[in-house]
Amino acid sequence: MARVVVDVMLKSEILDPQGKAVERAADRLGYSTITSVRQGKRFELQIDGPVDDAALASIRELAESLLANTVIEDFTVRVEDN
Amino acid sequence: MSPRVGVVTFPGSLDDRDAQRAIRLAGAEPVALWHGTTDLSKVDAVVLPGGFSYGDYLRAGAIARFAPIMASIIDAANDGMPVFGICNGFQVLCESHLLPGALTRNDHLHFICRDQKLRIENTTSAFTYGFNTNQEIVIPLKNGEGSYIADERTLDELEATGRIIARYIDGNPNGSRRDIAGITNEAGNVVGLMPHPEHAVEAGFGPSLDGLTFFTSVLSRLVNA
Repeated sequence: MARVVVDVMLKSEILDPQGKAVERAADRLGYSTITSVRQGKRFELQIDGPVDDAALASIRELAESLLANTVIEDFTVRVEDN
Repeated sequence: MSPRVGVVTFPGSLDDRDAQRAIRLAGAEPVALWHGTTDLSKVDAVVLPGGFSYGDYLRAGAIARFAPIMASIIDAANDGMPVFGICNGFQVLCESHLLPGALTRNDHLHFICRDQKLRIENTTSAFTYGFNTNQEIVIPLKNGEGSYIADERTLDELEATGRIIARYIDGNPNGSRRDIAGITNEAGNVVGLMPHPEHAVEAGFGPSLDGLTFFTSVLSRLVNA
């Protein structure tokens, strides 16, 4: 069983108010060297069968249609070793 | 026979009953549509109501967009059937790519619930036909993810083609680009609006009766069709 990870992040030009709130909280806690926080989503997909080009293509299709809204978000797909 | 206007209920829809009531008060026959069917019950128009379909999981509207009934609604909308998305319904229309852009979390992170003043800028769409140009109205606004976002080119195109149906006035409540409260598609039959006209349709409830005009607009369009 292989695991594929899809990370979804708001595009850099899109304001991330949640990340900003976390950033301010971190600053209040004294983590003064943290200058920016962006919050995203991580999806872990367990895959039955080989993770070949066809499998990755179908996961990219899912990421593009459901997991991410490409109007405002970017995504990356990677295979994780078990 | 009065026109039949469907109202979709997704798991987590909240304002479906109010939308049905608004449709009835406008003089049409409301028809309850269930998300899990593909059958549009021969309705003449559809309202996607407010609420939190699928708990807003993933992104607001993202899962509802793939409900079985949405395939039928997307086909019908592309064939010209009037479709009105309110609040969560607007989010579903953007996720379905029936309308451009996206709705993201309010820039100040707070959920907003208040009476909101709007200026109606498009009086040709299926749901704004009955307004006067630049008419100012007040209807309730209640959302956590109501900040309308699109790239500059899309925003310019919306402005140039008169597809911004309503703008927030007297203060932008959520960080929406160019104070956009609602937009329509190129054909004018698909309309999305973040505030809630269905809560301003009856004397004694809500800040005005301004919301009723959205529903009577589509009615006059359907009767004259």
